[in-house]
Amino acid sequence: MSYQEHAAEIVVHAIEKPTFVRQLKQFLSADNILSEPEDMKPYECDGLSAYRTLPWLVTLPETIAEAQAILRLCHRQGVPVVARGAGTGLSGGALPAANGVLLSLAKFTRILSIDPANRRACVQPGVRNLAVSEAAAVFGLYYAPDPSSQIACTIGGNVAENSGGVHCLKYGLTLQNVLALKLLTIDGEILTLGTEGLDNPGYDLLALVTGSEGLLGVIVEVTLKLLPIPETAATLLAVFADIEKAGAAVAAIIGSGLIPAGLEMMDGLAIRAAEAFIAAGYPDDAEALILCEMDGLTVQVQADLAKAENIFHAYGALEVRQALNDNERKKFWAGRKAAFPAVGRISPDYYCMDGTIPRRRLAEVLKEITRLSREFGLSVANVFHAGDGNLHPLILYDANKPGELELAESFGGQILRLCIEVGGTITGEHGIGMEKINQMCLQFSTAELRQFLAIKAVFDPQGLLNPGKALPSLRRCAEFGALHVHHGHLPYPELDRF
Amino acid sequence: MVICPIPNSTDFNVKLLPHEQDLSEFLREQVQTAFANKTPLAIQGSGSKSFYGHPVRGEPLSVSRHRGIIRYEPTELVITARCGTRLSDLEDMLAEHNQMLAFEPPYFGADATLGGAVATGLSGPRRPYAGSARDVVLGVRLLNGRGESLKFGGEVIKNVAGFDVSRLMVGALGTLGLLLDISMKVLPRPDHESTLLFSMSRDAALTQMNRWTNQNWPLSAASYDDENLRIRLSGAATALARVHQQLGGELLANTEAANFWSDLREQRLAFFQGETPLWRLSMAPAAKTPNVSGSWLMDWGGALRWLKTEQACDSIFREAEALNAHACLFRSTFGSEFQPLPPALAILHRNIKLAFDPAGIFNPGRLYADW
Repeated sequence: MSYQEHAAEIVVHAIEKPTFVRQLKQFLSADNILSEPEDMKPYECDGLSAYRTLPWLVTLPETIAEAQAILRLCHRQGVPVVARGAGTGLSGGALPAANGVLLSLAKFTRILSIDPANRRACVQPGVRNLAVSEAAAVFGLYYAPDPSSQIACTIGGNVAENSGGVHCLKYGLTLQNVLALKLLTIDGEILTLGTEGLDNPGYDLLALVTGSEGLLGVIVEVTLKLLPIPETAATLLAVFADIEKAGAAVAAIIGSGLIPAGLEMMDGLAIRAAEAFIAAGYPDDAEALILCEMDGLTVQVQADLAKAENIFHAYGALEVRQALNDNERKKFWAGRKAAFPAVGRISPDYYCMDGTIPRRRLAEVLKEITRLSREFGLSVANVFHAGDGNLHPLILYDANKPGELELAESFGGQILRLCIEVGGTITGEHGIGMEKINQMCLQFSTAELRQFLAIKAVFDPQGLLNPGKALPSLRRCAEFGALHVHHGHLPYPELDRF
Repeated sequence: MVICPIPNSTDFNVKLLPHEQDLSEFLREQVQTAFANKTPLAIQGSGSKSFYGHPVRGEPLSVSRHRGIIRYEPTELVITARCGTRLSDLEDMLAEHNQMLAFEPPYFGADATLGGAVATGLSGPRRPYAGSARDVVLGVRLLNGRGESLKFGGEVIKNVAGFDVSRLMVGALGTLGLLLDISMKVLPRPDHESTLLFSMSRDAALTQMNRWTNQNWPLSAASYDDENLRIRLSGAATALARVHQQLGGELLANTEAANFWSDLREQRLAFFQGETPLWRLSMAPAAKTPNVSGSWLMDWGGALRWLKTEQACDSIFREAEALNAHACLFRSTFGSEFQPLPPALAILHRNIKLAFDPAGIFNPGRLYADW
């Protein structure tokens, strides 16, 4: 795919690779430095695999002291640094800098402590999301945020991206579930943000760093909030004749005072793809489906389920089914969680979007996406974290057909623009990364971007940390704005822009 | 099939009531002038929380008339209002739709404003179970120290575009920006609430509160006053009946219970009266009582400890630091004081302040005396 680096965002340095490697070897074992293209190949992209660049060097420190020394060296030599966890991110946030060091936290895999009395776990950043819940389970506790990639994605990356998941509405994003952090600054200093209390003195730097996409520092330790495992979790599956009716039912559920643990919606194309892939038990002629999960005390869940079921019927559900047992419940969810790979089976390639919209605008947004789909000649499957308005349209395309990839990208750009227009945002949980850096110019004004840049400069005045990601330069925006804002006066009018 | 109307939807009309106005432009001019003249400003709402933080030397700038709810859609769980909106107006509006600010903001005065609640970042008894002020702030429109009107975050629950400046404002005591409008996540009010009372020792209470939290009982508040442990439970009537049956304890009458929790939040309980300095310690919920002589009251299931003591400030800050907790002299005849920051963090704070407010005009000295 066609990401564009911008000259204003490239950090130039003059140091030769062999010299730099020699300096690294003074404190880092040679095994933990990769500099041959074939060794670095696995690091050339993250979960957004259409964007690829070979890094200049890969380092794999094993201790905080080593990571500090790497940062100090990069800082001294003016070399860019891109931190990387498991590389499951979907916005190119861990895409390497071609002249920079890729700092992998893959060797920081220890769970340092679990404190059941205070419901907290202290972990290194390379610990996998699911591993935290697995380790806490013996104490009857778990870690709530559950991004779809939770088998593989790591806590450090979750904090950097402020990852979500299907349980956000009730339990919050990563932000609401992080209690403390250790952060390395670009000059190798270690900062402790947070105490053992629920709040902290001074500014809320935990909030500032969470979701900062590796632009402010490198996370080397995280203290997470754990929750007691609910006594019961139960799931309803409700089928609707169209997505508009399903949307109204979702609003009614929330309006009635229920806060489901999960509230997900899928459209017809996504339902059929998922059903064909893993036989989740979805009716494959349905045009819209809602999964609604309640958890908590068994008596509470029973009351909530009854209320939700009534609402679904009142709002025209063709069918409402409760998972009869835990196996069936897991099957219902497996279909939803496998929606992306399922769509991957019916199309050679797909491009996953991540906008959030005020839910009341859902019907018109979906109508417009359908219109755009016809205009671009590409199909779209929609999965939707309905409870919190986070929409994932999956654009189906074939990278082998010339031009189709670029078509998918401009279709995606139109969807993001639409999200902003209806009062939403260009990313609910996947981050800006490299992917949506141009759209940042649409969502924020020059003064707002300048404020972001001023914050960035407090932490990293030379702009060495993850350059060219998440935060566009004003020059990029000036050029992007010139291309996009003045419709009818586009440069290169001979080009087809659909 | 007939589609029913969506229950609880407001279709909120943006209209200004007689006492409401949009002073964004006026405030922007004031800040721009102050920036040009380097005039320090003391941002003021209703003044209900002026005791918190250091006194500010600056020209008063009142924001209390920048007032009114801008948007509210219950089915989206989001409300947006101007900073001078009275908390009581906001909570009345939410109550009409059976919703609430789940962090139970303390008022400390009848006219307390939304802006003050966010700038102080204080949260009431429900905080450990339903989230804090910072957890629910979704977006803000603010004036930075150059008088630029900037919008961060938004009116949707999930939004990871750009640094989280909205939440950086929470608890910053107006030292980074002047908050114009604030969007917050709201939650439904629980169907029922009940409060159980148990007499026990302090150590037993600490153990019990944390054990019950771990056992997933639907707690929404837990406080111990060195004699009695009170826990509030929220949920369906059937659920609350089961909890009472299981845990025992004395069931308080509804009015008595409601008064207790609001008196705790508003510091009207007998414990909070008198001239002895009042300290706030934020710490691990199950941690033993710190080694400071004085009288204690626990909130937040043990994560918040109120202390009344005459002991010297330094010794309390040291004790808090040793416990990886933090302390704040909350109220005293000689003002309030925050836990000192480690040097590296103090520099970072100062630089963040400069990034927002290069001329140092917003509430100088309110948070940390030097700036």
